[in-house]
Amino acid sequence: MDFGYTDDQRQLRNAIRKFAEAEMKPHVMEWDESQEFPIEVFRALGKLGVLGAVFPEELGGAAYSYAEYAIIVEELARVDPSIALSVAAHISLCANHIFVAGNDEQRKRYIPKLATGEWIGSWALTEPESGSDAGGTHTKAVRDGDVWVLNGSKTFTTNGQIADVCVVMAMTERSASTHGISAFLVEKGTPGFRPGKKENKLGMRCSPTNEMILTDCRVPTSQLCGKQGEGFVDALRILDGGRISIAALSVGIAQGAFDAALHYSKQRKQFGRFISEFQAIQHKLADMATEIDAARLLTQRAAWMKDNGIDVNKESSMAKLFSSEIAVRVCNEAVQIHGGYGFIKDYPVEKFYRDVKLCTIGEGTSEIQKLVIARQLLKSDLPHA
Amino acid sequence: MDTATSGLFPRSTIESMPAPPLTHLSEEEKLFQASVEKFTRERLAPHARGMDAAGVFRKDLLDEMFTLGLMGIGIPESYGGQDGSFFQSVLAIEELAKADPSASVIVDVQNTLVNAAIQQWGTDEQKGRWLPRLARDTVGAYALSEAGSGSDAFALTTRAIQDGSDHRLTGRKLWITNAAEAGLFIVFATVNPGEGYKGITAFVIERETSGLAIGKKEDKLGIRASSTCEVILDDCRVAASNVLGEVGKGYKIAIETLNEGRIGIGAQMTGLAQGAFEHALAYAKQRKQFGKTIGEFQGVQFQLAEMATDIEAARLLVYNAARLRDAGLPFLTEAAMAKLFASQIGERTASRAVEVLGGVGFTKDYPVEKLYRDAKIGRIYEGTSNMQRMTIAKRLLERGEFR
Ligand SMILES: Cc1cc2nc3c(=O)[nH]c(=O)nc-3n(C[C@H](O)[C@H](O)[C@H](O)COP(=O)(O)OP(=O)(O)OC[C@H]3O[C@@H](n4cnc5c(N)ncnc54)[C@H](O)[C@@H]3O)c2cc1C
Ligand SMILES: Cc1cc2nc3c(=O)[nH]c(=O)nc-3n(C[C@H](O)[C@H](O)[C@H](O)COP(=O)(O)OP(=O)(O)OC[C@H]3O[C@@H](n4cnc5c(N)ncnc54)[C@H](O)[C@@H]3O)c2cc1C
Repeated sequence: MDFGYTDDQRQLRNAIRKFAEAEMKPHVMEWDESQEFPIEVFRALGKLGVLGAVFPEELGGAAYSYAEYAIIVEELARVDPSIALSVAAHISLCANHIFVAGNDEQRKRYIPKLATGEWIGSWALTEPESGSDAGGTHTKAVRDGDVWVLNGSKTFTTNGQIADVCVVMAMTERSASTHGISAFLVEKGTPGFRPGKKENKLGMRCSPTNEMILTDCRVPTSQLCGKQGEGFVDALRILDGGRISIAALSVGIAQGAFDAALHYSKQRKQFGRFISEFQAIQHKLADMATEIDAARLLTQRAAWMKDNGIDVNKESSMAKLFSSEIAVRVCNEAVQIHGGYGFIKDYPVEKFYRDVKLCTIGEGTSEIQKLVIARQLLKSDLPHA
Repeated sequence: MDTATSGLFPRSTIESMPAPPLTHLSEEEKLFQASVEKFTRERLAPHARGMDAAGVFRKDLLDEMFTLGLMGIGIPESYGGQDGSFFQSVLAIEELAKADPSASVIVDVQNTLVNAAIQQWGTDEQKGRWLPRLARDTVGAYALSEAGSGSDAFALTTRAIQDGSDHRLTGRKLWITNAAEAGLFIVFATVNPGEGYKGITAFVIERETSGLAIGKKEDKLGIRASSTCEVILDDCRVAASNVLGEVGKGYKIAIETLNEGRIGIGAQMTGLAQGAFEHALAYAKQRKQFGKTIGEFQGVQFQLAEMATDIEAARLLVYNAARLRDAGLPFLTEAAMAKLFASQIGERTASRAVEVLGGVGFTKDYPVEKLYRDAKIGRIYEGTSNMQRMTIAKRLLERGEFR
């Protein structure tokens, strides 16, 4: 077993960290306040090769492993979780769905554009009535000659209003239930497809989250992505990988908050001493660091399994569950270590505390992760090997 | 077997019980609670989100809080107050926090810190001068913390230099709740920095006094409708008649008011938790996934069960501390425990409530988003959780006993 990063991975981490510190950090609060997504940062990440992370070079990708992809998301989240969220939705949900389920033509049409950041991607599964119960899709697609006609509305679509292409899950055969759902590639500007309400959120505020409305939206049959009726099954596969990115996002947020708290504790004096000299603060820091390490290891393990072609349904859920829960706790303690200063917008932990709460909700709530894990556990009574 | 009529433990009526349950309210307390509940539901709740967004507390609601007597709960009737108990203040603070923890802290600071200090330490002349105004229309603020002295409050550096019978104050106070609206400030300053806490003196200063200015207003995570500002004293001249208590004895005033005050913060966090819980419960009964209301899933049910249990425990700690205080019994350790525990419950419950609401809990369309932000202050102000632990541990170790 090898627990360390390779030299290449370390270099990658340093490069992303450098970019995030230089290009993102100075603007984080400004973006949070304005709720405007900085497209230029996205394009710059495309130039860096980040957005084509896990895709092969012939499609314009960077051919990184999932382990490396997790490093990228973590480093972005350490500085700005909103950017990391939009990047993760772009790569592991939208682009990856096209890469995994799409045909060659679709891959060639979309992946290179998405990999360079020329185009932005989104992925729309959730609906007002179907969140955790993601198979309860109401949006429907009806075949009309050589087009599909889509009707319905999607909610909580990350990147919705800024995306050039959206993977939309819609019901093509109601009687077949979850095997009646198909995925469609709907491009921006397609008549009948428009962003609705933009959510006003607790955190992740510069990552746009939209309702997406489909009214008699006609897309050619060539825009069906994957097999008809297999859209939901593909979506679940996509989410297995997606959860690794949310786990990495959680680890990054926790690390960012921890770094800020550690730094602060070594500067702030009370009772004539640095607060880092108090055992109560030392123990908090020790707990936080231990939890972050454990979360990162779970996340990297899941990534490693994925890279080695092993089924990660359970392990990606474990990584996501644990990392998101400890990240919430770590951010809370990071604010606490800052005392009153943690409660105001002059210090970065205030924003981490808001952003982090998404991690136990998005791409499956903690309860749904437990459901997935338990289901896997109960499937077999063999001890964990 | 029906224990009400038979068996080893016969039931008795509340009136005949040697000590009623902690949560049992007297008729007067019930009426009072009901009036605050009505105001909270009808007037406050509809404006909570708007005030949070604007970062300003509405003047009309503040006026109504005065009219309702909420700003002078413990002030004697002879001074225009409600003549209520400390416990009633706690009830009001709890009730308001269900919908708006900002309103709650305004009432908390006014009653448990400002009014309480003046009532306890003011001369008759001072009480006559300030209490009627505080009960009627004047918001008070309590200025102890500074940039460099938070937990270590007595390391404050604001100087008070004697000048004839007056004092001239210079320094900067940070984080002062109510400062934007306040007409009266209790300011702690030292007359002798070399003497540590022994030089600390409390001054009551009118807003109009020259040399007192309100500085930067903090842009905060939560309780955004409650103002938190810097208060700047620049050669501010204060007469001897505005010294509260004795010169050099201000530290006692600070300690004693904060000992009581933290019960109020416990109440605020209990109310906040209750508010968040009620939203989660209502949502769980109505939201359907997988063909069932989510309240039918054990994963959600048990969360609700734990939230309710946590809140009940927090409330009992808070009520007990408040009742001990009203009974004139020692309450220091119990107050610290109440604040420590209730503030943890406030956070945990708000976080769980967001989780129960799922994606919509993360948006501003539902009130739990705000409560999650508001909750974080409970473990920080009026002594961080670590300060409460220090107080509790110190008592345990010094006294070698608890109970
Ligand atoms: C900022 C943000 C970005 C998002 N981005 C995207 C995106 O890009 N694409 C997309 O498709 N979706 C996206 N989502 C949606 C997200 O995945 C859902 O919000 C999430 O899956 C939860 O669904 P819900 O909100 O409907 O909650 P619900 O499913 O209504 O859940 C409510 C509560 O019930 C619990 N619950 C539900 N079912 C069960 C059960 N069987 N057992 C126990 N407990 C249960 C949940 O754990 C939760 O606590 C995003 C959400 C947010 C907030
Ligand atoms: C919204 C808001 C409203 C406020 N209102 C008022 C007000 O009206 N009047 C007023 O006077 N003040 C007010 N305050 C100030 C508040 O009381 C202080 O912020 C609080 O006491 C903590 O002080 P600090 O922020 O300086 O944190 P610090 O004291 O710097 O603490 C930082 C961290 O170190 C820990 N720590 C410190 N010393 C020790 C130790 N010895 N052992 C272990 N851990 C330790 C703390 O627990 C904390 O986690 C307010 C603050 C806020 C944010």
